[in-house]
Amino acid sequence: MSQSTQQVPATTGPHDLAEEFLDRTTPLSRLRNVLHRYPALSPAIVLVFAVIVFGLLNERFLNPANLSLITQQVAVVGTLAIAQTLIILTAGIDLSVGAVMVLAMMITAQVTVQTGIPAILGLLLGLVVGLAAGAFNGFLVTKLRLPPFIVTLGTLNIFLALTLLYTAGATVRGGDMPDLLTWSGTTFNIGGVNFTTGVLMMLVLYFVIAFILNNTSWGRHVYAVGDDKEAARLAGIRVNRVLMSVYLAAGAILAIGAWIQIGRSNAASPNASGDLNLDSITAVVIGGTSLFGGRGTVWGTLLGALIVGVFRNGLSLAGLDVLWQTFAVGVLIIVAVSVDQWIRKVRK
Amino acid sequence: MTLTTDAAATPAAETRQPILQARNLVKTYGRVVGLDGVSLDLYPGEVLAIIGDNGAGKSTLIKCLTGAEVADEGEILLDGKPVHFKRPQDAHLAGIETVYQTLAVSPALDVASNLFLGREERRKGILGSVFRMVDKKGMRKKARQQLADLGITTLQDVTVPVENLSGGQRQAVAVARAAAFGSKVVVLDEPTAALGVRESNQVLQLVKNLRDRGIPVILISHNMPHVFEVADRIHIQRLGKCATTITPQSHSMTDAVAIMTGARKA
Ligand SMILES: Nc1ncnc2c1ncn2[C@@H]1O[C@H](COP(=O)(O)OP(=O)(O)OP(=O)(O)O)[C@@H](O)[C@H]1O
Ligand SMILES: [Mg+2]
Repeated sequence: MSQSTQQVPATTGPHDLAEEFLDRTTPLSRLRNVLHRYPALSPAIVLVFAVIVFGLLNERFLNPANLSLITQQVAVVGTLAIAQTLIILTAGIDLSVGAVMVLAMMITAQVTVQTGIPAILGLLLGLVVGLAAGAFNGFLVTKLRLPPFIVTLGTLNIFLALTLLYTAGATVRGGDMPDLLTWSGTTFNIGGVNFTTGVLMMLVLYFVIAFILNNTSWGRHVYAVGDDKEAARLAGIRVNRVLMSVYLAAGAILAIGAWIQIGRSNAASPNASGDLNLDSITAVVIGGTSLFGGRGTVWGTLLGALIVGVFRNGLSLAGLDVLWQTFAVGVLIIVAVSVDQWIRKVRK
Repeated sequence: MTLTTDAAATPAAETRQPILQARNLVKTYGRVVGLDGVSLDLYPGEVLAIIGDNGAGKSTLIKCLTGAEVADEGEILLDGKPVHFKRPQDAHLAGIETVYQTLAVSPALDVASNLFLGREERRKGILGSVFRMVDKKGMRKKARQQLADLGITTLQDVTVPVENLSGGQRQAVAVARAAAFGSKVVVLDEPTAALGVRESNQVLQLVKNLRDRGIPVILISHNMPHVFEVADRIHIQRLGKCATTITPQSHSMTDAVAIMTGARKA
C-alpha cells in the first residue's frame, strides 16, 4: 500500500480504502457499502428515476411551468424539513415544526397589519417567536430530559391552540400586508423556468446549513451527539448546549419558513400547518437521514422533499385520485426506512 | 519513535509532590456503592496501575478523577490545588486525557474527526475566524501522523468511519487521541482489552514513552504480566476500597492476585 502524504479526500481517490476494507464479496454488499457512505445517493437515484418515468408518462410533466410549480409546492415543506433534519440528526424528532411556523407567521402578519410597524420589524418578531418556541422545546428536552417526541407532541398542541386563540381563526390577506411580507412569493425567470423568491430562500438555507454541518465544529458535534450522546459527552462535547443550539436554529429556520409560506399562499392562515409537521418528517426520512440520529445530510432531505413533490405532481398529472398520492407517499416512507435499515447492517 | 528501554523509574517518589491526588472519594449509584472512600496519589513520571476484580470500582474511580462523574464526597487535587471537574472537558483543559472503557468514540464519524472531536482545529485566516471552517486536511494529516507515531499500521485511511473498524482498531483510535492530547496525565481504562499481541505491546511501549516524557499514566488492566511489566506502583482496588498499594518489587503476581480477590489480607 502506498503511503502518499498528499492524500486527497476519499471521494476522488483511485482506491477507496473504506470500500476495500468492507466486505467486497457480492455486488449487493458493495452497493450497500456505497449507499452507506453516501446517504444522499439512494434518494438521488429515486428522484432521477421518478422524473424520467413521470416525464415519459405525461409530456406536460417536464413543462417548465410544471417544474416551477413543483418547486413552489416544495418550498415550505422543504424549509421546515431543514429544521427537522437538524433535530433528527441529534436522534430527536420535532412534531411541532408546522405549528411553530404558523404561530410565527400569524404573529408577524397580524401585528404588522394591525399596528402598522415596518414589515422588517414584523419579520424580526416572527424570528423571535420561532426562537422562543425552539428554546421552549430545547429547554424541555435538555433540562427536564423529556423525550423529544413527547415534548413536541405537547408543544404541537400548545402552539396550535395559542395560534387559534390569538387569531380567533381569522386569515390575514396578502393584499393587506406590506410588500416585504409577500416578497417571498414574487417570481423571476431563469432559463425559461419561473422561480419564486421563496424557493431561492429555501435553496440558500440548504447551502448555508449544509456548509455549517460539513465544515464547522458545531456541525460535527451535532452528528456526534446524535450518534452516541455518552461518547460525545466523554469526548468533551457539551451535549446539552449542542441540543439547545439545534432547537434554536430550528426555530429560526421555521420563522423563515413562515415568511416563505406567506408568499406562497399570498395570505397568512392559522390553518396552514395542515400536514406540514408530518410531511417534513417524510422528506427527512425519504432523504436517507436515519431516525436513530447521527447519519444523514440536508441535501438528502432536499431530495426527499422533491421526491414527494414529484410523486404528488406526477400522479395527479396522470389523473390519479389524490388518495393515490397519499398512498404512494406512504409506500415511499416504508421503502426508505427499510433501505436505511438494510444499509445500516454494514456492521453489527 | 524512540526505542528507549525504560530507565528504572525512581520508586522513592514519596518525597515529591503528587501531580494528581484523590482524597476519600465516595460515589454511590442509588444503593450501590461504587467507591467507598478511596484515596490515590499519582507522582510525576510514574505509571500507576489499578487492578481489581470486576465491579471493584476501578472505572468509577478514574471517572471521578477525570470529570466523567462527580464524586459525592472527597476531594481531588491537581498539583496540590483542589479542582472540581464537573465535566470531562474540565479535565481536558487541565491536561488530563482518558481512554474510557467504553472508548467514547463516535461510530459514524471518521477516524480523523474522532481524534479531534471536541477540539477541532480551524483553518487559518478569514475562513477559520469568520466562517469557522475546520481544517479537515490539516487534521487528517495530523491524525495520520499520530497513528504512525503509535506504530498503528493497520489503519491507513483516516477518512473511514469508526464503525467500520475492528474493536482493536477503535481502541487504537481512542488511545491515539489520549496520547496526542494528554499534556499532564494520561488515564487508560483497559486499553489493551481488544488488542492483539503486537498492538498490546505497542500500547505498553506508548505507556513507557509517556512516562519517559515525564507524563504520568494511570493504567487499569486485568492483564497481570502487562501490569508488572510497566507499573511503578500498583493500586489494588477491592469492593469499592483501596486494599493496598504495592510495587512489582515488593510483591509477586500471585500476591497481587491474592490481595485482589481477598484470599490474602493486604
Ligand atoms: N452508571 C452506573 N449505575 C449504577 N451502578 C454503577 C454504574 N457504574 C458503576 N456502577 C456500579 O459500581 C460498581 C463499580 O463499577 P466499576 O465500573 O467501577 O467496576 P470496575 O472495577 O471498573 O469493573 P470492570 O473490571 O468490570 O470494568 C459496580 O458494582 C457497578 O455495578
Ligand atoms: Mg471498568
